[in-house]
Amino acid sequence: MLGWEFPPHISGGLGTACLGLSQGLARCGVDVTFVVPRLNGDEAPDGVRLVAAADVPVPVSKPEPAEVPVRLRHAFTGSRRPRTELDVERVIARTMKLLSVDSPLRPYMTQADYSKRLAELTRLKAMTQPERGSPKTSHEKLEFQGGYGPDLEAEVERYARVVCELVRREDFDVVHAHDWMTYPAGIAAALEGQKPLVVHVHATEYDRSGMNPDPGIRAIEAEGLARADLAVCVSEYTAGVLRDRYGADTRKLRVVHNAVTRGEQREQFHWEKAIDDPVVLFLGRITYQKGPDYFLEAAARVLRVVPDARFVLSGTGDMWPRVVERAAQLGIANNTHFTGFLEGVEVERMFAMADIYVMPSVSEPFGISPLEAMALDVPVIVSRQSGVAEVLSNALKVDFWDVEDLANKIIALLTYPELRDELSSEGRQEVEQMTWEERGRTLRGVYEELVV
Amino acid sequence: MTAIVPYFQVHQPFRLKRYTFFDIGRSSGYFDDTENERILRRIAEKCYLPMNELLASLIDRHEGRFRFAMAITGTLLDQLEAWSPEALESFQALARTGCVEIVCETSHHSLAFLEDEDEFEAQVAAQRERIRELFEQDPVTFRCTELVISNAIAKKVESMGFRGLLGEGADHLLGFRSPHKVYRPEGTTDLALLLRTYERSDDIAFRFSNRSWDGWPLTPEKFATSLAEVPEDATLIGLFMDYETFGEHQWRETGIFDFVEAMPGAALEHDHLEFATPAEVIETVEIDEVEELSIPHPVSWADTERDLTAWLGNHMQKAANKALYELGPDVKRAAELGDPECLEDWRKLTTSDHVYYMCTKWFSDGDVHKYFSPYTTPHDAFIAFMNVLADLKARVRNVPRQPTETDSPREQEERPRPETGRARTGR
Repeated sequence: MLGWEFPPHISGGLGTACLGLSQGLARCGVDVTFVVPRLNGDEAPDGVRLVAAADVPVPVSKPEPAEVPVRLRHAFTGSRRPRTELDVERVIARTMKLLSVDSPLRPYMTQADYSKRLAELTRLKAMTQPERGSPKTSHEKLEFQGGYGPDLEAEVERYARVVCELVRREDFDVVHAHDWMTYPAGIAAALEGQKPLVVHVHATEYDRSGMNPDPGIRAIEAEGLARADLAVCVSEYTAGVLRDRYGADTRKLRVVHNAVTRGEQREQFHWEKAIDDPVVLFLGRITYQKGPDYFLEAAARVLRVVPDARFVLSGTGDMWPRVVERAAQLGIANNTHFTGFLEGVEVERMFAMADIYVMPSVSEPFGISPLEAMALDVPVIVSRQSGVAEVLSNALKVDFWDVEDLANKIIALLTYPELRDELSSEGRQEVEQMTWEERGRTLRGVYEELVV
Repeated sequence: MTAIVPYFQVHQPFRLKRYTFFDIGRSSGYFDDTENERILRRIAEKCYLPMNELLASLIDRHEGRFRFAMAITGTLLDQLEAWSPEALESFQALARTGCVEIVCETSHHSLAFLEDEDEFEAQVAAQRERIRELFEQDPVTFRCTELVISNAIAKKVESMGFRGLLGEGADHLLGFRSPHKVYRPEGTTDLALLLRTYERSDDIAFRFSNRSWDGWPLTPEKFATSLAEVPEDATLIGLFMDYETFGEHQWRETGIFDFVEAMPGAALEHDHLEFATPAEVIETVEIDEVEELSIPHPVSWADTERDLTAWLGNHMQKAANKALYELGPDVKRAAELGDPECLEDWRKLTTSDHVYYMCTKWFSDGDVHKYFSPYTTPHDAFIAFMNVLADLKARVRNVPRQPTETDSPREQEERPRPETGRARTGR
């Protein structure tokens, strides 16, 4: 299994899902080797073998002078590809031939730090100087930053090289690649090992960027879908996106919804709400995709009726400045609170303080966070433009653009305690049924279609 | 002889608008007239008119040997008067044939008997009067909303002068007893209980078009044979179902009308079968001689549980029902003080469909509820209903207690107050 992040070091739901799925599979008797770019040493999944690409020695290739290992760049600019002993490397290059290099590529839009990027590029340059006089048979370990830094495209390619090397040493039945960062590696590994390829779509470029997808990333996604034997998507909603926007063959699509692992911190720390005012929570990246602006518009309407309500936005993102300004403009700055990015225990603590959790996403392939809120007894309102809305019965649902309806439902939850009770007690039971083990069983069934 | 007793429940509710919190105090138009009219016209066209015509022709063809009963709710009568007088006339024509018994019930298809006995009596009296007026019959038989029965209801119904009660032949009620016998509910002396034979009724109402059912296709002959197979001493076979089964739940294309057309003839081929109305069955039994049946807990014809959980199962339904009936005295006082519209609006809210829409059982129990609900989710149904109730509450509290008092503007205070100052505990 190929993935880009693994808890606790995650920037979104992807890592959480990877952990859950691989553990769920392990419980269903599937041996999982999970390859991530790098490990920090504090990952501790049950029954899953973790491999850091950074720890795997690969044969040193001898690039021609002036040809940096960021081979992709050559493919795009049309210059001659470096000579290589690995067929798979050609595959990688071909797969990614449409990848744009002008903009830094990140699966999640976070603020680019210019100076950090500069340092990164300098380091990259230093690293790419070929070691003179090193013997042809020697091995080296490649460097991985992990995460989604400015040299992501290079890292995607280095990752693919390592995975190909791993494939030669490991025995396995299926290659399973999570999201576009690992598709080149997955395609190459499946070819190298002559094994079936499953790509897993947790999000598409359209979910991340709306109507302006990065053409390079979109191309990798399309290539992955075309070459995969089966594509697993996290919702019917996403299956629809793949069909409509990528022309994916619907016979290849399988839906495996996400699940949730209930945290136990609440019980340990006995968190209780510290303030009396009702708290309505938005928790997610402050980006176009997540719909924080709709949350604010609804907040303004709610505050006319419930003047002491508190609207909390937890997260960071490129829309953050705009959202802060809009709150001021709407005259609700006093009741709007920004906590910044929250992690792990802090997230649970935030949920513990919330009376309502709102996920007003414009486009959400799945959306695990409402399940986390429900597991902690918090009633949720989710947009119908989300995969999670498909699997939830005990949640209120709104169209993301219908801020009147969202406001109406927030007020209803604050006004009618029976509605809150119904949603929180039934909701907890509902999410308790959604186990990763169950999802692992479904996924095992997908593998069996290919292996048996 | 065994009597086949077809009985059709004919009902439509006044569905609510998507009434939001922001509408409270601003709009007292609670009901979605456009949608209600659209649905009524559609059903009149697909079901009421063709089916009434078909039944009238069957009565003709079999020269009175085909007989049945109907209960038409007051809310539906209102809608027919407003939007389909021709359908109302065809119901009246059926009632005049002498082969159709009109069964009484609450005017608003309510669960009032559980919460408010006076309101129950008032709604029954209103419906009784309307039946006399529109159908020129003095109703003998009673059926509670959704065929709910219990000892208490039976006693009440008997005290109001009815001689028959229709109910569900639920397994857990009957145990080893037969649904084909007439019973006397515990605590009554002169009330005959006629039960629904759910297997045969559901063959038509639920399974008729189900191609994965091993009885499909259900031909009139096959059905008549299954009716003829009842034990020789059977008094009746209760075929009780929604009238909308014909042409609405089971579309014309399924062949349901052809089935209805041929079924009575096929049944009458069997010498020991005849058709009868509930009142006629009651005439044939000696009430002193029938077995007593105890119904300590309410039994209905809904879902697999056959109880009240489809209406009063979850927190939301119980809260909504409680809030609704708590408002009753205020509404009646307002009506006496000169605002009768309040009372009629409130009565329309007592229609049991509103709490039925809030049922969450269909999350696991299939989609029968969902099919009947105008809302996407039961939570939406609850929100709209509670918002409407909040507005009505403000209206009735605002009716001046003394005629001399001038109208004061509606106060913000009358809105439901969002719970603030509340720290959540116990999680």
